[in-house]
Amino acid sequence: MKYVDEFRNGDLAKRLGAAIAREAGADRTYHIMEFCGGHTHAIFRYGVQDLMPSNVHFVHGPGCPVCVLPMGRIDNAIELAERHGAIVCSYGDMIRVPASERRSLIKAKAAGADIRMVYSIRDALRIAQENPDRDVVFFAIGFETTTPPTAVAIRDAKSQRLGNFSVFCNHVLTPPAIQHILQSPEVRELGTVAINGFLGPSHVSSVIGSRPYEHFAEEFQRPVVIAGFEPLDVMQATLMVIRQLNEGRHEVENEYVRVVTREGNLKAQRLVAEVFELRPSFEWRGLGEVPYSALRIKDAYADFDAEKRFSIATRKVRDAKSCECPSILRGAKKPTDCKLFGTACTPESPIGSCMVSSEGACAAYWTYGRFRGAGAAAVAPRHAQKEAAE
Amino acid sequence: MTIMTRFASRLDLRSGAIDMTHGSGGRATAQLVSELFVSHFDNAMLRQGNDQAAFDVPAGRLVMTTDGHVISPLFFPGGDIGCLAVHGTLNDVAMSGAEPLYLSAGFILEEGFPFADLERIVASMASAARDSGVPIVTGDTKVVEKGKGDGIFITTTGLGVIPEGVNISGDRARPGDKILVSGSIGDHGVAILSKRANLEFETEIRSDTTALHGLVASMIEAVRDIHCLRDPTRGGLATTLNELAQQSRVGMSIRETQIPVNPGVHAACELLGLDPLYVANEGKLVAVCAAADADRLLAAMRAHPLGREAQVIGEVIADANAFVQMETAFGGSRIVDWLAGEQLPRIC
Amino acid sequence: MCLALPAEVISIDRETETAVVALGGVKKDISVALLDEVTAGDYVLVHVGFALHKLSPEEADRTLAMIREAGEDPLEEFAI
Repeated sequence: MKYVDEFRNGDLAKRLGAAIAREAGADRTYHIMEFCGGHTHAIFRYGVQDLMPSNVHFVHGPGCPVCVLPMGRIDNAIELAERHGAIVCSYGDMIRVPASERRSLIKAKAAGADIRMVYSIRDALRIAQENPDRDVVFFAIGFETTTPPTAVAIRDAKSQRLGNFSVFCNHVLTPPAIQHILQSPEVRELGTVAINGFLGPSHVSSVIGSRPYEHFAEEFQRPVVIAGFEPLDVMQATLMVIRQLNEGRHEVENEYVRVVTREGNLKAQRLVAEVFELRPSFEWRGLGEVPYSALRIKDAYADFDAEKRFSIATRKVRDAKSCECPSILRGAKKPTDCKLFGTACTPESPIGSCMVSSEGACAAYWTYGRFRGAGAAAVAPRHAQKEAAE
Repeated sequence: MTIMTRFASRLDLRSGAIDMTHGSGGRATAQLVSELFVSHFDNAMLRQGNDQAAFDVPAGRLVMTTDGHVISPLFFPGGDIGCLAVHGTLNDVAMSGAEPLYLSAGFILEEGFPFADLERIVASMASAARDSGVPIVTGDTKVVEKGKGDGIFITTTGLGVIPEGVNISGDRARPGDKILVSGSIGDHGVAILSKRANLEFETEIRSDTTALHGLVASMIEAVRDIHCLRDPTRGGLATTLNELAQQSRVGMSIRETQIPVNPGVHAACELLGLDPLYVANEGKLVAVCAAADADRLLAAMRAHPLGREAQVIGEVIADANAFVQMETAFGGSRIVDWLAGEQLPRIC
Repeated sequence: MCLALPAEVISIDRETETAVVALGGVKKDISVALLDEVTAGDYVLVHVGFALHKLSPEEADRTLAMIREAGEDPLEEFAI
């Protein structure tokens, strides 16, 4: 695959690893937060840290929209199907995530609720067209990458007068989340969480551009390098962060130049601004209430807002007491620091949000990396239930 | 079942459909069995018309296996539920090293299921059975009300006999053994996904569904003492390796660069966010043998049409945790873990 | 987050603002409503059935060159 395979080349990886080892000064450690869950996934899946020197650490950030969605919102989505009889369309990522009382979209489906997995919101529009006498609700999640598609669909629904279609909007924003982390006591004052620099998200940046990060580099005096999605991109961007730190710079640099520009995709940004507006506050699982960090549908498109069409009550659901996700999402703790990791909480029976998504820090560590701590954290894998895949 | 040869009028196989009378055990059932099943599966035992098939039991250890088939869609690039059922059971028999001898087939049909689809499936089963040289000698048919079945469910049972001196079992992998795979992985799963609603994409990839007993026979001829054989179906290669590792209480170390994956499978998996290691296969096998036998075994596999792309992908190691560890193409390493439920396409 | 892949544009339907793209032999129908100008032969970044941005082949080459250069060991020419 063009523009993909070249950036996974193992030979170049070894050479880059050696270059990083040469330039990462032996007298210091480098803590680099990859904000984006996709980067977390890539790092673990390809074993990128095996090619890094031991004084370069990745700190896994909260850039996983599945992980940061409060359980109460999933309860709401289930209610839309169970109580209001709507066809609820969802991306695959959300289907198995546990809501309160261990319910989930997939369990609700098994009990008879009409819940359908889709690859794209366009599929949900089609389902609405094909079922004019049923309500069809799209369970929208995701950062700025996924928001423009939702905007297009809502605009199309309006022009097509698709009266039975609506969106349950849970879109969240990247810069406010980064801000929240950098302002947290552990980072700002106590210094217990060392974050020396950031790897900026790949595809969020293709939409919003590199400009929004300039503010962080300036105010918090930390380098930000926007990194592509492939493992070589991650390594090259890491090298660029290390160089900035060595030279005492704190700028926004762009490694992902083949897709990301300073302005981003203006057409997409305009569309999003036309359909959505900021919520004054939104609850992020593990981070609490974060101001101006999420979007809701504007009044002009109120007909397509599931929260206005159906009465959806906000439910606050507490996380399990021993669950360390809040600290893990902020980079303050590692998965192995959590008592529940690998015992009560595994990908098969996830308790906290970091375990539910394949790119949550705990899930990634369990699925790809727990053999590194084997002997200490080793847990015999349980025989997975083979669900019908045929 | 009673085979009757004279009915008032023939079944309308082109535009007719299953109804509740076909399951009642009377004339309608008999006609369905006679004009559809027996006429396609056609062999002496079936034509006798008994509720069971009688045959002499050859000397040696017998092997019996059974499978339920509920796949959707029923027809996919490269195959259908019918040939899949036959191949699947033949393969389960073959993975013990046994030569398959007989098959049975039970059908649960939903009211309203079109005869045309049923005939297409039955013809496909008959063809698969004929090609493999293993007859379907007995069967059963039931009909359920509309809404209580997904069109058609098929259960197949197979019987075989293990040759002398062959002892293949999932608990026989030992540290130092080599692990081999017979060809590219993920083809079947991708072919299925390409036809599933809400995930459609266009691809040349076809299911690899096929009967492997011929390949297994030539493998055993070259290496009598194969330790383990298993065909990675649901859950993919990763699940099979983990099963064997756990059964044998060993670990495994494999290399990603050695695992054959078709470019089209690779691309489809990337698009949907899936890992080919967990995608289903229906015409591939994993073999574990002593290191000294590996070259001979690989050569025998590659000499067979179904094993041309066979590779040695790694070795068995001592590991109390029974982890399957993989050196990635990138040069790092990771665990290839058990699957927690079906792999779903993702956006993140 | 945001699984997105570069795919080649094969054909475009300007009326419906959709295109057929190909990635390693797999073809998919997607929306190009988020892009201003797309022509067959362009490479675009595809996410949840939408093209988000065009990919610049020149910049891709430049990045690879940068990576190759970064990996060069300054002492390699002196190695025996």
